[in-house]
Amino acid sequence: MNVIVCVRQTPDTESAIKIAADGRTINTDGLKYVLGPYDEYSHEAAVQLVEKNGGEVTAISFGPERVKETLRNCLAIGASRAVHIHDEDTSHDDALAIATALAAAIKPMSYDLIFTSNKGTDSDRGLVGAMLAERLGLPYVGLVSELELEDGGKALMCGRDVEGGQREKIKVTLPAVICAQKGLREPRYASLMNIMQAKKKPLETKTAAELGVDTAGAVKLEVEKMEYPPQRPPGRLVEGGSVDEKVKELVRLLKEEAKVL
Amino acid sequence: MSQTMTEKPSGFCFELSEDHKMVQKMVRDFASEHLAPRAAHYDRTCEFPWENVKKMAELGLMGVTVPEELGGAGMDSLAYSIVIEEISRACAATGVITAVQNSLGEYPLMAFGTEEQKKKYLPLMARGEKIAAYALTEPGSGSDSASMQTRCELQGDHWVLNGQKNWITNSTGAEIFIVYATKDPDLKHKGICCFIVEKGWEGFTVGKHEETLGVRASGTCGLTFENCKVPRENLLGVEGEGFKIAMQALDTGRVGIAAQAVGIAQAALDNALRYSKERQQFKKAISEFQLVQEMLVQMAVEIDAARLMLYRAALKRDSGEKFTKEASMAKLYCSEVAMRAALNAVQVHGGYGYSKEYPVERLLRDAKVTQIYEGTSEIQKLVIARELLRD
Repeated sequence: MNVIVCVRQTPDTESAIKIAADGRTINTDGLKYVLGPYDEYSHEAAVQLVEKNGGEVTAISFGPERVKETLRNCLAIGASRAVHIHDEDTSHDDALAIATALAAAIKPMSYDLIFTSNKGTDSDRGLVGAMLAERLGLPYVGLVSELELEDGGKALMCGRDVEGGQREKIKVTLPAVICAQKGLREPRYASLMNIMQAKKKPLETKTAAELGVDTAGAVKLEVEKMEYPPQRPPGRLVEGGSVDEKVKELVRLLKEEAKVL
Repeated sequence: MSQTMTEKPSGFCFELSEDHKMVQKMVRDFASEHLAPRAAHYDRTCEFPWENVKKMAELGLMGVTVPEELGGAGMDSLAYSIVIEEISRACAATGVITAVQNSLGEYPLMAFGTEEQKKKYLPLMARGEKIAAYALTEPGSGSDSASMQTRCELQGDHWVLNGQKNWITNSTGAEIFIVYATKDPDLKHKGICCFIVEKGWEGFTVGKHEETLGVRASGTCGLTFENCKVPRENLLGVEGEGFKIAMQALDTGRVGIAAQAVGIAQAALDNALRYSKERQQFKKAISEFQLVQEMLVQMAVEIDAARLMLYRAALKRDSGEKFTKEASMAKLYCSEVAMRAALNAVQVHGGYGYSKEYPVERLLRDAKVTQIYEGTSEIQKLVIARELLRD
């Protein structure tokens, strides 16, 4: 079976994120980029499916030149080939624009299953998967934390958590778009042997124009302003008086000010 | 990485290639997740860290420079240095185990082994299925290794080994031993032969585990040979050229120890930075005091220089040129930096640095040995002086 994994390159989760001077984007100076932590799970799920059932995994990503580094990382953790949709214009980093470009690139490919992940740890949108399914006219199952092939590989049984601690099972015919939940499969490390082999695997580059996509025209959202979350007030020590008095004061504060009791 | 992976940079290049960065990130992530949490345990118990070795073998870390067709990763010395540095940053004992496997176990076979010897032993070592040890030092011969007393005598179709070895890293876990012995001590270095000896052969015993100050889980033991029969085909290289093999292996080994030292030094700085930002005295973080900053700065500057010397030695080795001087300079400087950084890290931690509650006391104990094994700092100076005066 052939599986496509849509991945996103995101700033390393240990990076300090600063808002840029324009107040609408983040300052990318000195940022280190990694394969999105949520994508690690969906990528691993794809690789394990192919290891078990044969076929190949194609990793695909949209973005500037630096995205190639992340795609090469995918090749070192089990993808057979990679496709980069090259676009240097960061204002095109919009869910609908990305989904439109991905759909155009994926359409002519041969596939049984497409993975996306919960969300990019940077934009936190979680929109591309559903939009991509719509663009390709495929069924979509969101936040899948358990999966099993059925009907000789023609269908997929997906398990997902729903409200109230309940589990929901959804059977979907393939091809379909699956959005992986965190923890679906434990990601592997890129072994030295696989890093070496990754050099021999194909990484294809396409531009949106070559795919016949007007990325700028597909952008429907405009970020007006970014701001930092309010600073958390410092911790308070309840001082003075006896233990009983302090406990009373603490309970009062928790009830009246923090409103947690 | 191998010649096919990295184009030779024209001029100085202070940036690792994308592949080397990938190796660095992988080993760093792996080591902080799997090695660091168990480092104190192995230090305390002196258990050979089999669990670490098994996981590292799966990632190709036990045969970094061994060619792919012989079960290794086929990478270069720069990748190897990065691997040892990152492992040692989390657990220095695991770092030296890996360094000995790669440079003192596998390298002599790659450079001097026959095709049969390579095919028989290298895949087992590169895949981490068998651990290797390197037996040169004896109770009476350390720096003066050519004065060894372990004897080898050819008797028909086999050699017979008699004598003792001391401070042999990896011994508790090893199944393949690269052993040096002399045909006649009077021949000095010209009498030395090198052998591949397997665990369990008659007349070969691994002694009790030695309690050491640092790198306590490195399986260090003495070895005894009593009429130990070694098949003729297990002579490594040419008869009487053992000393050359030993010295060339040590050139490679010293790059590994330099990398281990940089890893320990970096761990010292990591800990000192973290602690100095958390610890409050006189109502502010101690990192705000200039005398503390001076220690942090000294560590950072020296580690940077040490790492550049390490990389330079590794690149020189990969170029195929003689790298004896560069390896000794890197080993000397990096080990001294590790010791100073560990001392400073303990000082930054104050009383807590002296306790087992924090890892810096272990770093100090681990750092010390990098100035001693694979040639003391004094021996490195002799090597460097000899190379300097020869030019």
